[in-house]
Amino acid sequence: MKYTEEHEWLRPEDDVIVVGITEHAAEQLGDIVFIELPEVGTEVAKDDECVVIESVKAASDILAPLDGEIVEVNDALVDNPALVNDDPTGDAWFFKIKPSDIKQMDDYMTEEEYTDMIS
Amino acid sequence: MTDLLTTPLHALHVELGARMVPFAGWEMPVQYTAGVMKEHLHTRARAGLFDVSHMGQVLLRGPEVRTAALALETLVPVDVAGLKEGRQRYALFTGDDGGILDDLMVANRGDHLFVVVNAACRDRDIAHMTRHLDGVTVEPVTDRALLALQGPEAGAVMAAIAPEVAGMRFMDVATVTVDGADLWISRSGYTGEDGFEVSVPDTAAEAFARRLLADERVAPIGLGARDSLRLEAGLCLYGHDIDTTTSPVEAGLAWAIQKVRRTGGERAGGFPGADRILREIADGPARLRTGLLPETRAPMREGTRLFATEDAVEPVGRVTSGAFGPTLGGPMSMGYVPVDLAAPGTTLYGEVRGRRMPVRTAPLPFVAANFKR
Repeated sequence: MKYTEEHEWLRPEDDVIVVGITEHAAEQLGDIVFIELPEVGTEVAKDDECVVIESVKAASDILAPLDGEIVEVNDALVDNPALVNDDPTGDAWFFKIKPSDIKQMDDYMTEEEYTDMIS
Repeated sequence: MTDLLTTPLHALHVELGARMVPFAGWEMPVQYTAGVMKEHLHTRARAGLFDVSHMGQVLLRGPEVRTAALALETLVPVDVAGLKEGRQRYALFTGDDGGILDDLMVANRGDHLFVVVNAACRDRDIAHMTRHLDGVTVEPVTDRALLALQGPEAGAVMAAIAPEVAGMRFMDVATVTVDGADLWISRSGYTGEDGFEVSVPDTAAEAFARRLLADERVAPIGLGARDSLRLEAGLCLYGHDIDTTTSPVEAGLAWAIQKVRRTGGERAGGFPGADRILREIADGPARLRTGLLPETRAPMREGTRLFATEDAVEPVGRVTSGAFGPTLGGPMSMGYVPVDLAAPGTTLYGEVRGRRMPVRTAPLPFVAANFKR
């Protein structure tokens, strides 16, 4: 598991990376009321805006953490955005990306480094 | 940066786990540990306690209360002189061009008027009244907190502490003594629910708040839920839905201008901007504040531009408040649109992140009021 400064978690699963947001991020955002996911098959570049999250407070974006192709999205979030508050690191993953350059994962933080960053 | 002001309940908020944020020069709780959504729903189901001590409390005294009322009528298009003792009414300070300088509550408390204004406008309102109210003493209240208890169980909760409130109806005001402190209570609020707004001496505020919170029906509610509650109730937030560029008639607040102040009334006109405001009552305004229900789940926030068609070049209006309505179960907004597009059910398009999304005009409030009439 790796972490970005944007509070995303990246979990390798076979040849894809599963992406979600951390518990810390979900708590900071507050109650989440709307999520817009990218379309499956979209090619994204690192730092492209690819998910829109609206909480009771404000809208924010999730950036693509890696270059690659979106191969699966979690449609359950569209109907039930609150799942992100309930289970951010489990059922409430956002999308799976097939990275074109897996070395980009090396840029990201370990759990320990992330925990240090938010503490 | 200047230091933020704090209310007498500051330590209690922190103890209750509030997230404190700057608001109109004050450090205020935006939410507690339950979060905005649960706080909102709790208020609609039971009773919520709000600290609104940042709002400005002002006493107006004249030789007689009627003197003060008639003086205040030179600044607001409202029937203040006809306000009976023990009653409160919504009012607006208007400008010479018919815009709104602030909205306020005014109560007739027997030998004086009690006025509550918005925090962000407080100093300007006090200066405005001091300059223009001849023969009236404008006395800012600086030693009292203001709490609101709102929700369907607010009446029962308050009556358990102060039995006198049981007979109060919506917009009644009374002074009630609790634990030796004089509480100035009104049966009113900013949520669309039954409830009370209570001015309490600073020194008694925390004890009173703790007494309310000791009742299991009561939960503390932050400014976040206060905003979604008032928006569901169709109520304006000054500086957003109404300001110096909007007239009371455009804002759909003509109901606050009683017949006696309108053309043909006994005390018609005589307030700033009367020409425009009375003309708009007679002929109708060019635009109107309306409810807006987005057809997708994406909230349309303040500033969202509204278009008559999906590909129109020029916007016809804009959203002035927008959020997710926890009780409504979907996004909701308010905004200004031309009168010919304001009929409920008209489809418009709001531009969200560069895309035109359909939104229908809708009557306000989004959630029916539950006052004790």
